[in-house]
Order: sequence, then structure tokens, then C-alpha cells
Amino acid sequence: MVKKHNTGSTMVEKILAKNASLDKVKPGDLVNARVDLALGNDITAPVAIKEFQRFGLDRVFDPDKIVLVPDHFTPNKDIASAEQAKVLRLFAEKFGIRNYFEVGRMGIEHALLPEQGLVWPGMVIIGADSHTCTYGALGAFATGVGSTDLAAAMALGETWFRVPSTLRFEYIGDIPDWIGGKDLILYTIGQIGVDGARYKAMEFAGSAIEKLSMDGRLTMANMAIEAGGKCGYIQPDDITFKYLEGRVAQSYSPVYSDDNAEYEKIYQYDISRLEPQIAFPPSPDNVRPVSEAREIKIQQVVIGSCTNGRIEDLRIAASLLKGKRVHPKVRLLVIPATQMIYRKAIEEGLMTIFIDAEAAVSTPTCGPCLGGHMGILASGERALATTNRNFIGRMGHPASEVYLCNPAVAAASAVAGKIVHPGEVF
Amino acid sequence: MKIEGKIWLFGDNVDTDAIIAARYLNTVDPAELAAHLMEDIKPDFPDLVKPGDILVAGSNFGCGSSREHAPLAIKGAGISCVIASSFARIFFRNAINIGLPILECTDDLSNLVSGIDRLSINLDQGTIENLQNGEIYHATPFPPFMQELINSGGLIEYVKARLGK
Repeated sequence: MVKKHNTGSTMVEKILAKNASLDKVKPGDLVNARVDLALGNDITAPVAIKEFQRFGLDRVFDPDKIVLVPDHFTPNKDIASAEQAKVLRLFAEKFGIRNYFEVGRMGIEHALLPEQGLVWPGMVIIGADSHTCTYGALGAFATGVGSTDLAAAMALGETWFRVPSTLRFEYIGDIPDWIGGKDLILYTIGQIGVDGARYKAMEFAGSAIEKLSMDGRLTMANMAIEAGGKCGYIQPDDITFKYLEGRVAQSYSPVYSDDNAEYEKIYQYDISRLEPQIAFPPSPDNVRPVSEAREIKIQQVVIGSCTNGRIEDLRIAASLLKGKRVHPKVRLLVIPATQMIYRKAIEEGLMTIFIDAEAAVSTPTCGPCLGGHMGILASGERALATTNRNFIGRMGHPASEVYLCNPAVAAASAVAGKIVHPGEVF
Repeated sequence: MKIEGKIWLFGDNVDTDAIIAARYLNTVDPAELAAHLMEDIKPDFPDLVKPGDILVAGSNFGCGSSREHAPLAIKGAGISCVIASSFARIFFRNAINIGLPILECTDDLSNLVSGIDRLSINLDQGTIENLQNGEIYHATPFPPFMQELINSGGLIEYVKARLGK
């Protein structure tokens, strides 16, 4: 463990100070900071590229620090989407961007970048996608921006930030069965609301986080935006370093919050009796324990997305689906988040379990999460999903509904045909 | 800059999916996006909204996705200004970057102006006048850095100036 100097700063303040070449920053400061990685996808990058072209530049600031992932409407669902994806492909070719991930080699961006070793502690990462905050799970400062911000960063290699104040969330107690990172973050959003961390950083800590798997941590940081957070992060530890081993070759310097860091507020949650959490429509903060969601019938279940499409999620789902069949009135979609996860799921025999259970399995795509393609809901239909948002019309028709949950609840409920506690099926 | 226009009232936490649903994100044309503005929460809105109109909302306007298509759709419909008691962070940034006028007014304006039709806004001073009773509401002024960004015509123009183009 690296020694913590007592400068009264949080991890995010230190990372921003470092990349702004300043000794110290404090919440509210406006700083220009170097960007270590800038990300775009097939919805946001075409807008960024259009704006970038207005600069008339023949180069980007650093082709190795730009990542382009066509993952939202891919494999392309229609001609317009194909044209959008083509814009990325041509831009990547023209400017020598190596980290362009074509269909067949790609994955959902926020699962893909950590997996490919493109993220490590201490980085400043911006992405034209709100769930860019995911990378905070690896001790980076990562935040979502818009397309014009991405365009400017691709030209300059820096962008402006207002230094956020930090809320610290401490989770104590043993993690109960069937509880994962998804439940901790849904519970938190339910407590503080969809604007509870607006403009702020969320630091996740405590004895439960110290034991939480990297996949669970990525899930938590992923949904910081659902509380309005600028970023969500977990300070690097042995679990982080073990994950990075073999993925990241270069050296890096982990950054930690000081013992005397100033937090705007500290929340402490004892999770030892927490039930699996369900976010009812139409908002991710409309959260109730699963025992208050019984008898809600569902027509579609989605296990996947940048929130819960990782290998641990698929293993949990398979453990519940093994030897069972999806309820006759339910459609179950399982979407591994990356090609590597897909392969691993095949090697571990998970795919056979899913197909024997009569699930539909897809190549990586964000499709159903945002009602893009693959699993659009008709009017009056109800889905239970491991995704991150349940706004009106999120997965299709404005008169459809989305409930959010962890992969265990999703798999168990797919078998039951209604929302159930996994313990009831297992 | 002075703006006067008809107002449309919305509540708290209007999310980016409500502003422009993802099924329309396979285009970046502001006019095409505007044709579906707020469609899922107010189906007749695209037909009713007129250039120069003002949106007034509660807290956390634009929460959810980073899609710049949301402020683009609003701009595409010719909305002259969005006033909210607070904005979601990325929406706030995007609106400034593309030059969509927004004002953060900590008074709960959506209650104060309920039942009235038109407002007059002075963007430079951040003042909002209730044309029915002459009341003035004050919006939070932007920090100087952001003023500079807005005055230079949005982020692209600002960066162009920095690049010496």
C-alpha cells in the first residue's frame, strides 16, 4: 500500500491536480486537465467527428489515446445506423486510431476498455457516453461528456473540468447471499435520489467494498451517473492490481484519498441484511427490496449491458438457470458484454445452459438497454433487466415498463415468469 | 441578449430519453430530432412548439444519457432558452458547448410561473421577468470562464481560437 500524504485531498482532486499540472485543487476550481483517454461510440462519435472536421486539422492530439467502439446500434440495425458506424471506421483509418473495435472483435465499451487493459489507476478519461464513470472502479477519474467535448479533446488532448466535491459511501457488514454490486448501487441511488450526487464525485469504500469483486465494483461505478454523479470510484487495492496484472504492461502510479481528505458528506450503510434491490419504473431511484416486488409478471428479461454483462454476471445467471427452463410466457435475452466474455462463457459451458434453458443469446451490443434494437418492447409489456435505466420508453414503446435488478434476480425471475427472490428458485 | 417567448412547463428529472428517445438517434440532423422532441412524455409537443418558445422545468433537467442529441433537438426546434432550477451535469455542459441558452434559477420557477403564458429574459444579466405581474427572478450567473466560452460562440469556436485557426 502506497503511503498516503495528508494534504487533505481526495483521489479525484489529486488526479485532476496532477493532469492540470497543479500542486493542489479544491472543489469548485475550474481547471484545464490533460486527457489520457477519450472515448466515443457509434451514436456519439459521428457528432464529434462532424464537429472535429470544423477545426480543419489533419491529425488528432494522439491517435493512441482515442478509442472508438461501435456498440450501440451494431451489428447495424438499419441503413442509417450503418452510415453512422461507417463514419467511425473511416475516421479511425484516416487518423491512425488503433483502438477501433470492429464488430466481431468488439464489446460494450465500458466492459471492453478495462478488459483490454486500456484503463489503469490515476488516469483522466472522458467518454462521450454517460456510463464512462465505470472506470472509476479501477481508480481512474472517468466521466461522461458530450460529443462536442469529445471533438475538442480529440484536437487538444485536454478539457476543462470543475473540480467536484466528494461524497463518501461506506458499506459495512458481510455481503448477504444473492447480493452484488448492483444491489449496493441501486440501494444507494434509492437513498439519495437521481440527483443526490449531482456534479459530485462518489467514493465507494468500507469493509464490504474491500471484499467486492472487480466485476461488482465496475457495476457500482457504472451507475454513479444514475445518482447524477460526475464520477464514482474505488481506491485501488489488491483486487484492482490483480485485475490489472497481465492486462496493463506499463507502469502507473495509483492515487489515493488522504486520511484527512475533506468530504462533503459521509454516508454509512450496514448491508448485512440487505435484500436484492429492484428499481421500479420510471426512475432508477424508485428502489424497493425484492420482497416488495412479488407477483409482478414480466414478459422479457435482459441479462447484459455495460452494467451487468460481465463473466461473473453470466456465471450467476447460469447457476440459477442450470437444468431449468425459462417460463413459457417469458423471453430471456442473454448478451455477453464482450467477445472475450462470450468465449469464456462457451468454454465454461454457460452458453449450453442458457440455450438449454431456451434463452436467446446475442453477440455483444448495447441494443436492448436503450431500446435501440434486439428486444424492443411493445405497448403494455414489462421487462426485468440488469441494465441501468428504466425511464419511460427506455426499452421500446412509451407504454412499456422496465424494472432493474441484479443478474440472480433476473435469471430466477425468467424461470418464475414474475419477479422473485433467487432463493425461491435455487 | 433579450428573449421573450411563450413558455412550456415541465417537472423535475426530465431525462434525455424523454427529450429524445434512443430510437431516433440514428440521425444527427437537428430538424429530424426536433420532430420527436419530448414525444414520449408529451406526444403533441413537436406539433405545438414554435421557434422562440421557452422551456421551464424543475430540478435535474436532462438527467441520464450524454447524448448531445438532446440539446440539439431542443435547439433544432428553435427553443430560445431552457430555464430549470438545476440541470444534470452532462446536459449542462453540452448545452453550453453547442450554444443553447440555459439558465439555472434556484427559485422554483415552474411553480412561480404556473398559469402564465409568456416570460421575458435578459440572458446577459440572468434576469427573468414575469410579464403578468412584473416580478423578476434571478438566475445563477455563469463563471467568467464559461462566459468566455459562450461569448466565443461555443466550444468549437473557442478551440478554433486556441488552435489559431
